[in-house]
Amino acid sequence: MEPRYVMVLDTRRCVACSACVIVCKTENDVPEGGFRDWVVSETRGRFPALSTENRSLRCNHCAFAPCIDNCPTGASHRGPGGTVQIDRVKCTGCKNCISACPYDARFVHPRGFIDKCTFCMHRKGAYTACQTVCPTECIHFGDANDPGSEVSRLLATRDHKVVAPEAGTRPRVHYLV
Amino acid sequence: MAMNEIEILKATPHLAREHWWGWEIPVYLFLGGLAAGIMILTSVRVLRDPEGERSETFRLLSWLAPLVLSIGMFALWLDLERRWDVPRFYLAFRPKAPMSWGAWILLAVYPLVALFALGELRGRWRDRLAPRLRAVADWADAPAIKRRLAWGNAAVGTLLGIYTGVLLSAMSARPLWSSAVLGPLFLTSGGSTAAALMLLFRVDERERRGLSKLDLGLICMEVALLGLFFLNLMTGSDTSQRAGGLLLGGPYTASFFGLVVFGGLAVPLFGEAREMRGHNGSRWFLPLLILIGGLALRWILVAAGQASSWNAL
Amino acid sequence: MGWSRRSFLKIGAGAAGGLALGGGLISDWYGLDAPRATDPETDGDRVIPTFCELCFWRCGVLAYVKNGRVTKIKGNPEHPLSRGRLCPRGAGGTGLLYDPDRLKTPLVRVRKRGEEAFEPVGWDDALDRVAEAMQRIKKEHGPEAFALFQHGYGSSWFNHLFHAYGSPNIAAPSYAQCRGPREVGFQMTFGDGVGSPERIDMERADCIVLIGSHLGENMHNTQVQDFARGLGRGARIIVVDPRFSTAAGKAHHWLPIKPGTDIALLLAWMNVLIEENLYDRDYVEAYAYGFDQLKAHVADKTPEWAYPRTGLRPEAIRETARAMGAAKPAVVVHPGRRVTWYGDDTQRTRAIAILAALLGSWGRAGGYLLPSAMKLPKFPYLRYEENGAVTADRPKGGDYPLADATLASGLCNATVPGSSVYDVKGWMVYGTNLPLTLPDPANTARALQALDFIVAIDVLPAEICGWADVVLPEATYLERCDELDAPAYKEPFIAVRQEVVPPMYESKPGWWIAREIAHRIGLEGYFPWADSMEYAKDRLHAAGHDCDALRATGVIRGPRVPCTYEEGVAPEFSTPSGKIELYSTSLAEAGFDPMPVYTPHEEAPPGYHRLLVGRVPTHSFGRTTNNRLLSEVCDENEVWVSTAAAREAGIEHGSRVVLVNQDGAESMPVRVKVTERIRDDSVFLAHGFGHTANGLTFARGRGADDAVLTTRYAVDPIMGGTGINVNFVTFKRA
Repeated sequence: MEPRYVMVLDTRRCVACSACVIVCKTENDVPEGGFRDWVVSETRGRFPALSTENRSLRCNHCAFAPCIDNCPTGASHRGPGGTVQIDRVKCTGCKNCISACPYDARFVHPRGFIDKCTFCMHRKGAYTACQTVCPTECIHFGDANDPGSEVSRLLATRDHKVVAPEAGTRPRVHYLV
Repeated sequence: MAMNEIEILKATPHLAREHWWGWEIPVYLFLGGLAAGIMILTSVRVLRDPEGERSETFRLLSWLAPLVLSIGMFALWLDLERRWDVPRFYLAFRPKAPMSWGAWILLAVYPLVALFALGELRGRWRDRLAPRLRAVADWADAPAIKRRLAWGNAAVGTLLGIYTGVLLSAMSARPLWSSAVLGPLFLTSGGSTAAALMLLFRVDERERRGLSKLDLGLICMEVALLGLFFLNLMTGSDTSQRAGGLLLGGPYTASFFGLVVFGGLAVPLFGEAREMRGHNGSRWFLPLLILIGGLALRWILVAAGQASSWNAL
Repeated sequence: MGWSRRSFLKIGAGAAGGLALGGGLISDWYGLDAPRATDPETDGDRVIPTFCELCFWRCGVLAYVKNGRVTKIKGNPEHPLSRGRLCPRGAGGTGLLYDPDRLKTPLVRVRKRGEEAFEPVGWDDALDRVAEAMQRIKKEHGPEAFALFQHGYGSSWFNHLFHAYGSPNIAAPSYAQCRGPREVGFQMTFGDGVGSPERIDMERADCIVLIGSHLGENMHNTQVQDFARGLGRGARIIVVDPRFSTAAGKAHHWLPIKPGTDIALLLAWMNVLIEENLYDRDYVEAYAYGFDQLKAHVADKTPEWAYPRTGLRPEAIRETARAMGAAKPAVVVHPGRRVTWYGDDTQRTRAIAILAALLGSWGRAGGYLLPSAMKLPKFPYLRYEENGAVTADRPKGGDYPLADATLASGLCNATVPGSSVYDVKGWMVYGTNLPLTLPDPANTARALQALDFIVAIDVLPAEICGWADVVLPEATYLERCDELDAPAYKEPFIAVRQEVVPPMYESKPGWWIAREIAHRIGLEGYFPWADSMEYAKDRLHAAGHDCDALRATGVIRGPRVPCTYEEGVAPEFSTPSGKIELYSTSLAEAGFDPMPVYTPHEEAPPGYHRLLVGRVPTHSFGRTTNNRLLSEVCDENEVWVSTAAAREAGIEHGSRVVLVNQDGAESMPVRVKVTERIRDDSVFLAHGFGHTANGLTFARGRGADDAVLTTRYAVDPIMGGTGINVNFVTFKRA
C-alpha cells in the first residue's frame, strides 16, 4: 500500500527547546529568518493553577490542502506518501499559497520560491531531522498506513489532536495530549 | 477569566512576513475591477441602445479598460517573486485556483476588449488606423458583430470583476476573506468606480446623468453587500467574529470607516442624490472620493485579511 | 547519394536529441512534467565525529563537511551522552564556527586598559609578550602571583601549564559561582560529590523532585533525555520553584515556594518522612550515622511550621513527601546545578543529600548512581614541582575551611591590593567572561585595573577580552583537538575531540598556544608532544586502545558498569564516620551547624522584587548569545513580571523597562513579559544577555545582563560560594 506519512508529537514530553528548529535549519539549508518548523508554548490558567502545552509546529501536510488548490502553476503538489511538496522550478512566488495556508507554515525563500517543511522527503520517508535530534524523543514520524508503525501505535493508544481542526484541512501532524 | 499566554519561539521572522502581499495586490484588484466595470458599462450601453448616439469621449473610454487593466497587471507582475517565470501561469490550468482562472480569463479579455474598442472608433480616429486595422474596426462595428462583441465583453468583464473578489474569498485560511459576498462586492465596486472614472471625462450631459444614476444604484448595492459581508462575519464563529473585529473596533476600523464607508460610499451617495435633484457640485470631487474609496476598500481588506487567521498557532 | 552510414547516425542522434529536448520543453511548458523534489544536499562529503563545546556537557556529535565547510551537526548515536540527539545549542555549532565576529588575529592593547582599543600583531609577538610577563611576575612576586581563570574542556592544557609554572591559583567560576556548594554538601554527607554529568538516574526514577532546577530550560542533553524518559514512564514529578518553569509545566505537583525558604521545606519533608515512617529504615540503619540527632532536629519542623515560612500549604507538603516515600528508593531529588543562591547553599544541598539518604536513593536504581570511568593513564610528563604556595582565594584573616577547589571570586578579590595573604598580579583568562560571571562587576573592574598583566584566550571578543593586554584567538571546538574525555558515567566511555576543519583566520588550538608559551618560559619538558593527537595517541595506547578506531567513531564504549548496591557496588563512604552522615562531624568540628538549619533571609523592600536568574534553552548563557543561528529562535531576554506586580508598577507586556536594584545599579532596557508564571515577589531574567563588548556586533545591546544588578552577594561561610539571589529590583521606564 502507498504509505501515508504522518508526524506524531508528544506535547507531554516536549520542553520547547527548539532543537528541532535549529537542526531543521541546518539540515535543509533554510535561509536566515525562515522557519520550516517552530515551537509554541501555551500556558493556561491563573497563578498557581497553571498548565503548559508545548508544540513543535510545521506544515501539516493536510489531506485537504488549500495551498495545492490555490497554486496557479502546480508548484504546490501532492508528493510521495501523501505529503505536500513544492516544486521550486514551477513556483513563481505569487504567494497565493501563503494566503491559503491556515497554519502560516510557508515563507518566501530569498531565491524567490515558497518554502516549507518537506517532512525531509529527501530521506524518502526514512526519518526527519527534527525527529532524530529531539532530546525528549517527542517527535515520531512514519507511515500511518502501516499498522505496525510507531505512529500508528501512538495514534491508536493515546489521545491526540490536530492544530486548528476548524480550518477543515485534515492535518497529518498530530499532537499527543 | 482564564489567562492564555502564547509564546511563539521565533525571533525577528523577517521572511515569514506578517503581510506578504503589499501594495501590488490591492492596486491590481482595484484596477482589475475598474477595467471590468468599464467593459461592462461601455458594453451595456451598446446593448441597451444599439442605435443610440454616443459621444466621442464615451466611445474612446472603452480603451480605458485595457489600459487600466495593463497597469494592474503590471502591479501584479511586480508582486511576483520570480517575475520572469510569469509564463508558468500559462503552462498549467488549475481549476481550483482562482489565480489560474484569472490568468486564463485575461487571455480572453484582451482580444475581446480590443475588438470592441476598435469598433467604437469612428470618424477621424478610425481614419488614422492602418488599413488592415480599419478593416477590422469596420467588421467589429457591424451591428450584428458589435452586439456579439458587447455581449462577450460584458460577460468577460463580469467574470473579471467577480474574479477579483474570488481571488481573496477562495482563501478559507483567512477568515476575513472567506465570504462569497466578496465577488459581487468587488464587481459592484468595480462598476461604481468605473462610472466615477468615466464621469471625470467630458462625456455629454445625457451620458453624465446616466452614469451618475447608475453609480447611485451601484453604491446602494455596494452598501447592501457590505452590510451582508459584515452580517456574515459577525454572525459566524469566534474566528470570523475576531476577523470582523479587525474592521469593527480593531486596528483597521478608522481607515475603513473613514475612507471606504464615509468617503467612498456615504458622501458620494448623498452628493449624487443631491445632484439628481439639480444641485451641481464640483465635477471631479465625488468621482474622486469614489475612486479613493474603491482603492481603499481593497487595500484595507487585503491588509486586514492577512492579519486575520485561525487560532494563534 | 553520398550519405554514409556514419553521417546518417549522426543526424539520427541529433534529431533524437532535439526531440528529447523539445519534448522536455513542451512537457515542462504544459505542467505535465513530474514535479521535482529538492534535496538540500547538506550531507556533505565527510562526516567527522567529535564532541560539543557549546556548553560543558560534552555530547558526542557528528560534523558534516561539504567542500571544506561544516554544513550541519548531528548527535553521535554511539556517544552515551548524546545517544544521537542534541539540544538546540549543539545543533547550532556552525553558528559559532562561522560567527563573523570571531577573534581573527592576536591583539595587543594600545590605549588604557578596558577601552577595547587593540592592534593586531603576529603570534610570535603576542606569545613573547605573554612569556615575558609570566617570567617577570614569577621573578618579582613568585609564580603564585599569576592566576588562571578557566572554563571549558580546552582548559586542560592551560591547567597543565600553570601547574608546571608553579601557580596553585587555578580557578573556574563553575565552582564558587555555580556547583561548588552542592559538591561540598554531598561530600559532607556521602563522602562523594555529584559531579558532571550528574550521577542521577532519572531514566529509571519513579519520582523526580526538582528544587529550582529548570530542566528543559537548562538543556543538559542526557539529563533532559532522562527526564523525558522518566516522564514517559509516568514518574511522579515534583517541582519546587517560585516560577512556573518548563519543568513545572510537566509536574504533578508544583510548589511555588517563597524564594529563600527551601531549607524549611526540606526539613518539613524530612519531618513527614520520619513521623509517618516513610523513610527507608533498613537503609538508614545500615548506612547512616546520626539518625537520632536528625529525628530530634526535625521533630518540630512540621509542615504546619513550614507553611508560614514557605507559603506552601501543609497538605501540599505532606502529599509530596508521601509521593516520595511511596516511590523510594527510586527517587531523584535533583541536587541542582547553579546552586549559589543565599549563602547557606552548602547547608541546603546537604539537606537535599539527607533527604536522598532518608529515601535510600544513594546507590540505588532510579536514584543516585555510583558510576566509574574507563582507565586512561596519564601522559608521562615531568612531575610538577611543589613550591608550597597557598592559594590566594581566601580573604585576609579568613578562611573557607571546607572548600575543595579554588574560588574564582576569591582570586579576583585577591587582585585588589592588600585584600588577601598576597596580591595576585597577573591573570590568564581562558574561555570565561569574568565581568558577566563574577558577582559585583565593579569589584571585578577594580581588580582588572590593579593587574600588572592580563592575557585573554577566547574564540569571541567577549567583555573580558576588552580588558586584556594581549588577546589570543583560539580555534573553535570544531577546529581543534583537546584532551580525551573519559568521565565517570553509568556507561563509561572515552571520547575524542578532533579537528573537523582547519582553524579559520589566524586562530590556533589551545594545546598549541599552551605549548608555545611553555616553550618560551623554559617549561618545554612538560610539553614534549608534537601535537595534541600525539599526546592522545600515547594515552590511548597505554590503555590498550586504538586511536584511529576512536577517531573514526568518536567514542570507545566500555561495558555498562555496576552503579548501584544491588548491582554489587560496595557501600563505602569516605566520611569521618565511614557512614552517610546525617549528622556531620566535620561541619560540627569546623564550627558550623552539623545539620541544616533554616534561617530567614532578607526580604524585598516595598516596591522591589527578588531578582532570580536562569537560562533559556537556546543559549549557554553569554557564550552563545552572539550565535546568529541560535539567536533566530531567541535574540534577547525578557524580564518575567507577574500580572499583579506589573499592574502595580504600571508596566505593560512587551514594553521596555530598566531594572534598578537596591543599590541603584541599572540594567540595560529589557522587554517585559507579563505572566502568571511567577510569584509576585520575584522577577526572572535569563542570564547571558546584555552584552556591552563592541566586538560582539550581534549580541551587543540585546537584552539585559543580571551581573550589573548583582552588587550584593551572600558568601557561603563553609566553602566561599557567592549566593546571588539576594538582590532586589524595581522598574524604571526605558
